[in-house]
Amino acid sequence: MAEKLLKIKKINTRGFKNLVRGNDYRKEATISYAILVGGYLVLQLLTAAGLIGHNLQGQFVPICVYISLAVSLNLVVGISGELSLGHAGFMAVGAFSGILMSRILGNGMSFEPLIIIISMLFGALMAALAGFIIGIPILGLRGDYLAIVTLAFGEIIRNFMNVLYFGLDDGKLRFAFNHTIDGIDNNERIITGAIGATGTKTMATFTWGLLLCLFTVFVVLNLKNSKQGRAIMSIRDNRIAGESIGLDVRKYKLMAFVVSAALAGMAGCLFGLNYSTLVPVKFNFNTSVLILVFVVLGGVGNIWGGIIAAALLTVLPETFRQFADYRMLTYAIVLIVVMICTYNPAIKARVTGIWAKVNPFKKKRGGDKGKGKKSRKEAA
Amino acid sequence: MKKTWTKVVVVALSCMMAFMLAACGGGGSSDAGDAGAVLLGNTGPLTGPAAIYGNAVKNGGQLAVDEINAANPDGIQLAWQAEDDEADGEKAVNAYNKLMDDGMKVFIGSTTSGSCVAASEKAFEDRVFELTPSASQVAVTEGKDNVFQLCFSDPNQGVAAADWIVANMADAKVGVIYNNASDYSAGIFDKFKAEYEAAGKKLVAVEAFSDDANTDFQAQINSMKNAGADFVFLPIYYTPASNILIQADKIGYAPTFFGVDGMDGILTLEGFDTSLAEGVMLLTPFIATAEDEATQNFVAAYKEAYGEEPNQFAADAYDCVYAVYKAMNEAGLDASASHEEICEALIAQFAGDFTASGVTGAEMQWNEAGEVNKTPNAMVIENGVYVPVK
Repeated sequence: MAEKLLKIKKINTRGFKNLVRGNDYRKEATISYAILVGGYLVLQLLTAAGLIGHNLQGQFVPICVYISLAVSLNLVVGISGELSLGHAGFMAVGAFSGILMSRILGNGMSFEPLIIIISMLFGALMAALAGFIIGIPILGLRGDYLAIVTLAFGEIIRNFMNVLYFGLDDGKLRFAFNHTIDGIDNNERIITGAIGATGTKTMATFTWGLLLCLFTVFVVLNLKNSKQGRAIMSIRDNRIAGESIGLDVRKYKLMAFVVSAALAGMAGCLFGLNYSTLVPVKFNFNTSVLILVFVVLGGVGNIWGGIIAAALLTVLPETFRQFADYRMLTYAIVLIVVMICTYNPAIKARVTGIWAKVNPFKKKRGGDKGKGKKSRKEAA
Repeated sequence: MKKTWTKVVVVALSCMMAFMLAACGGGGSSDAGDAGAVLLGNTGPLTGPAAIYGNAVKNGGQLAVDEINAANPDGIQLAWQAEDDEADGEKAVNAYNKLMDDGMKVFIGSTTSGSCVAASEKAFEDRVFELTPSASQVAVTEGKDNVFQLCFSDPNQGVAAADWIVANMADAKVGVIYNNASDYSAGIFDKFKAEYEAAGKKLVAVEAFSDDANTDFQAQINSMKNAGADFVFLPIYYTPASNILIQADKIGYAPTFFGVDGMDGILTLEGFDTSLAEGVMLLTPFIATAEDEATQNFVAAYKEAYGEEPNQFAADAYDCVYAVYKAMNEAGLDASASHEEICEALIAQFAGDFTASGVTGAEMQWNEAGEVNKTPNAMVIENGVYVPVK
């Protein structure tokens, strides 16, 4: 019964404003896909024209990965309303299991797209598994407590990677848990504890990054707009009300958490396949916070805002290289200024005012409005 | 009031846009350094916990470039540029790409191992000759014909340390405290243990710690003490090592501590009582107090330029620049050569019978795998300075 109620869509009765509100999903999806595909095409064109240097070109894949991470974390933070500080942990699981899979497949297969797809799916599966195992005990917690526990689990995953050894012995996979690599010493090492994964064949390309982003946005937006998504959001808005109409709180929270972990794993895998080496230290608390900053800066729950924030904040520290010693200081100041500006109502109103004046779609919107009135008149 | 705010925002945003455009549009230009100079690039941690290494390399390289340019106004002119990589592979690739945008011709490696592996993969793809001053991991050079190391590789350090202890401290009861979350430390320890045990010896105690817990070493030190270790091998960086020295002193435990090149820098650590480091031994290719003329000149020039005694990383970078310069001259290259031409010519030099002498070793030679062949020196700290072990 409760789920049936949620299924009913809002009926448009009051002209354009409600029309837009009813189509929030379509609007959000259109903007998100447009940013991704548009950005991709523009950057590819500029690259082809030779206008983009090595530095920016080298960041295409990480930018896509961070976009995907921000969007997937938004599922937990924005849509499910829980603060998670362990996203880098799932990224690590996906990265290392994906690298492992790519190395195993690389032994007998040379068709790279298939290797990438299988590795990414495997990375997503392992990260989802980790998310599931972690999610069951902790999702009963609320608020700050959940944040602390996710932080701890993120660190546990990373430290686990620090003692994990994997090697290939004539095509047979071997693994060990301590520093002495007895037994797999003479074989091809894939993951060597704190040294991490070395010798990874770098297969990731910008196109794969775009596909990853599109897939992530597709999954998150569709989940958000589904029956389950509305259940998740109703629990976020009022847990007691949700429970009172018979929603299984834990199930829906777990669903958001596991999907988010799986997508992070996928992104982690592509990240891993972009560098010939990957150390577990990379996935520390700082990386989790970095992803959270993308989400917060883009607007919690706002998918396309997160996309823009992730892309900008990844490029920004690189563009500040000319400041040499003051690079990170400049970056921090810019972050603070942007945070203040985006959250200051006075400035926001100002920007909205300017935008209303220069908005190129204004006329069109007016036309729509007129049409709406007309049609209502006609109906009357 | 509102208008002022708008102005501030508009100015801030336009500044941002300008910087971004400047950075984006910078691709392909090669305006760094003097016109016609060969740009040597380096990436290293100029900020963060390992900044002492990155800055030492930056300074050492700069000093060598300045000296060469001043001494040979008619020869090849060099330019030097060091970019921050925060000791992170991802940032190192970004920094490397930035250097390529600025027209780098020779890559004087990344300073730390983890980031160097990622960057040298790029250097291999782009065919840029790379000589790393201090990235000691094997994976840095593995499978890349154009990447060479000026420092010892991690396994070689572990092996050298084990051999030295077996030869000179045959009766010592040896314990080890190492960082199992550090690729550098774990890499040295693996080979050290294998080599030491191959000599028929046994380690009396082995304790590990990780980066997250590198301040409290009570448990590890007590374990050493209880096992009766009188010789403790510390294949770790100097920051945790200083904590170990302080805490061992507190409980009155005074074995001989023995480190490798990561221990270098302990005497310049701020706020550390250097009297605690008395008697600490370390295996290093560079000695700032050495008597030979090259070292004396280098140390004096470095002190004058930067106001502190150079450590091994500065010396490595200094030697790298001189070695590359010598090889370029011997290969008959001039400043107009492309990075691909320089790369092939220098590979032929370094993989051949090219030798270079510097402050970290005389008659250094390289094999085709990119490893250097030189002699490490065992040093002991006496009265706050390194002196050779007698």
